[in-house]
Amino acid sequence: MLSYLGRRLVLALLTVWAVSVLSFVVIQLPPGDYISSYIAQMSASGSFVSAQEADALRQQYGLDKPVYIQYLRWMRLVVQGKFGMALEWGRPVSEVIGDRLWLTMVVSVAAIVLTWVLALPIGIYSAVRQYSVGDYIATFIGFIGLAVPSFMLALVLMYVGFKFFNMNVGGLFSDELAQAPWSWAKVWDLIKHLPLPAVILALAGTAQLIRIMRANLLDELRKPYVVSARARGLSERRVILKYPVRVALNPFASTVGYLLPYVVSGSIIVSLVLSLPTVGPLLLRALIAQDMFLAGTIVLLLGVMTVVGTFISDLLLMWIDPRIRLEGRK
Amino acid sequence: MWWRFRRHKLAMAGTVIVLLFYLVVLVAPFLAYADPSASEAQRSLLPPQRIHWFADGRWAPHVYGLVGKRDPMTFKRVYTPDPALKIPVRLFTQGFEYRLFGLVPTTRHLIGVEGARPEDTLFVLGTDEQGRDLWSRLMYGTQTSLTIGLVGVAFSLVLGVMLGGVSGLYGGAVDSVIQRVIEIVRSIPTIPLWMGLAAALPNDWTVMQIYFAITIIISLVGWTELARVVRGRFLSLREEDFVTAAELSGSSQMSIIIHHLVPSFLSHIIAATTLAIPAMIISETSLSFLGLGLRPPAISWGVLLQQAQNIQALAISPWLLISAVPVIIVILALNFMGDGLRDAADPYGH
Repeated sequence: MLSYLGRRLVLALLTVWAVSVLSFVVIQLPPGDYISSYIAQMSASGSFVSAQEADALRQQYGLDKPVYIQYLRWMRLVVQGKFGMALEWGRPVSEVIGDRLWLTMVVSVAAIVLTWVLALPIGIYSAVRQYSVGDYIATFIGFIGLAVPSFMLALVLMYVGFKFFNMNVGGLFSDELAQAPWSWAKVWDLIKHLPLPAVILALAGTAQLIRIMRANLLDELRKPYVVSARARGLSERRVILKYPVRVALNPFASTVGYLLPYVVSGSIIVSLVLSLPTVGPLLLRALIAQDMFLAGTIVLLLGVMTVVGTFISDLLLMWIDPRIRLEGRK
Repeated sequence: MWWRFRRHKLAMAGTVIVLLFYLVVLVAPFLAYADPSASEAQRSLLPPQRIHWFADGRWAPHVYGLVGKRDPMTFKRVYTPDPALKIPVRLFTQGFEYRLFGLVPTTRHLIGVEGARPEDTLFVLGTDEQGRDLWSRLMYGTQTSLTIGLVGVAFSLVLGVMLGGVSGLYGGAVDSVIQRVIEIVRSIPTIPLWMGLAAALPNDWTVMQIYFAITIIISLVGWTELARVVRGRFLSLREEDFVTAAELSGSSQMSIIIHHLVPSFLSHIIAATTLAIPAMIISETSLSFLGLGLRPPAISWGVLLQQAQNIQALAISPWLLISAVPVIIVILALNFMGDGLRDAADPYGH
């Protein structure tokens, strides 16, 4: 068990490292550096930066050093929680991102919880009542869920909401609470606004999980131990829920690790359509304005949070599945 | 494999639809009837036109001409169809010049109108803000989006087969390194990363350069699934008797791979490849939708959908959302086709 945990931890750390390198690449890729865009910013607002000042700034930020040293310096700053300045906003990156990162995670986690809550019973139903009308409906919705990219679903729902219910379905808060400090009323407001983005994000994952659950459970239900349990007169409910579902649940749990990056990805683009106050719109603006420190930081933080989430889901998986827990004791 | 595949009705239907779409790719300019980039401020945001099939009880497809009037309240030009103005719709009409299959210069188009006035035109699906014909743009968009799917899959296939093959063939340390790389790639949220990389593309690149750059960016993530399939097949086939037999009879490793291993998992690769195309198409569409993928003047489904991005645009011109329909159909069809292929490729399936 410890060796499993250790392996997972090493992998998570490696992933964080890969994410940090990739975010740094994102920052470095555009032509010019931070200072030249800063100078462009300054001269656009009327102030003048001389060549000496620019060089001094470059030295201060270490931009005259080789790339790997710049990377290490950036890492050191990041570890201290200093992400640099967001050029367009004239404020530190951490301030600009603020709550948005947490809201991104709230939306993503809500979507995943919803995925589970929906996929589990529907999957069981589909397998137990194979080829019933309900099974066909679930399969059909599943295919639609697979085929419709989440942002398109968001567009369509937005249009339907506008056309037939005459309401704006976007946002995570009501107008009057959007700028307000956190309070219970605001949290409640958030909970009321969560279902729509959560459903949109959850649909594709749910479709996939239903299919996995159905296939696994169908395999299990054909096994002799189910027949024997039934022959011994266990109630149908116990026959199905006690063992086959538990066994079928395993691959189900392991997909959560892949679900989180997928949902986080989706939340970025859905946030743009529904104008949710997550990091999505911020990232797009930063990229268009070539505000690479902001953009790189967002990519980095999203990646790190995803890795942490995946690690937590691994721990959960270990708790559910005794085979993994006992692996190290051979 | 073929007869097993044919029994799968949904997969057959999917295949037919996919083939039809790729036919559109081949002859897109022929199906379009208006130059996709010809803008006309006068015809901005016109709703789809209805085609009337009969005139006075006789077969004579036509559309109504539009009469423009200025609204006295808002001073906007409002166009209303005028039933008195019948513009006949004909097959194989003359239109803008293009090269069929990129070779034969011609001006023939499948449909078109022959109107008396120059402003008598056809717009089956309406027009966008710049007055460009949506149907024609959709045809060209199909060309871009579907080929980007294919090219992207080709790139990922090369990466996936090479890395998966090496991983499965040699095993050991190489295998675990590649497996960890795959796990790392899969646990990174892709869209933010793509956005970052795509936004870093220089602004002065040509449409073609951007096209290939975007394809490479999206295939950098798409190869993992293919690599897993290839590795799995290699691992299980390596132990088979016929491989040992070939080894004992002195075949070189290369010849075993080419003559024995590849043919036996080719069908799996085809299935996995088919299932990878939809992901590519969605990726391209999402990126272009955000304005970070292909940029106008390039036309793709994502670029078209970008115009339907906000609620204001949707409220005024809901027909801009039509571009979503082919995306959904093609992805469904490819999924069905891939599922069918996978079932048919699995000799122990039910």
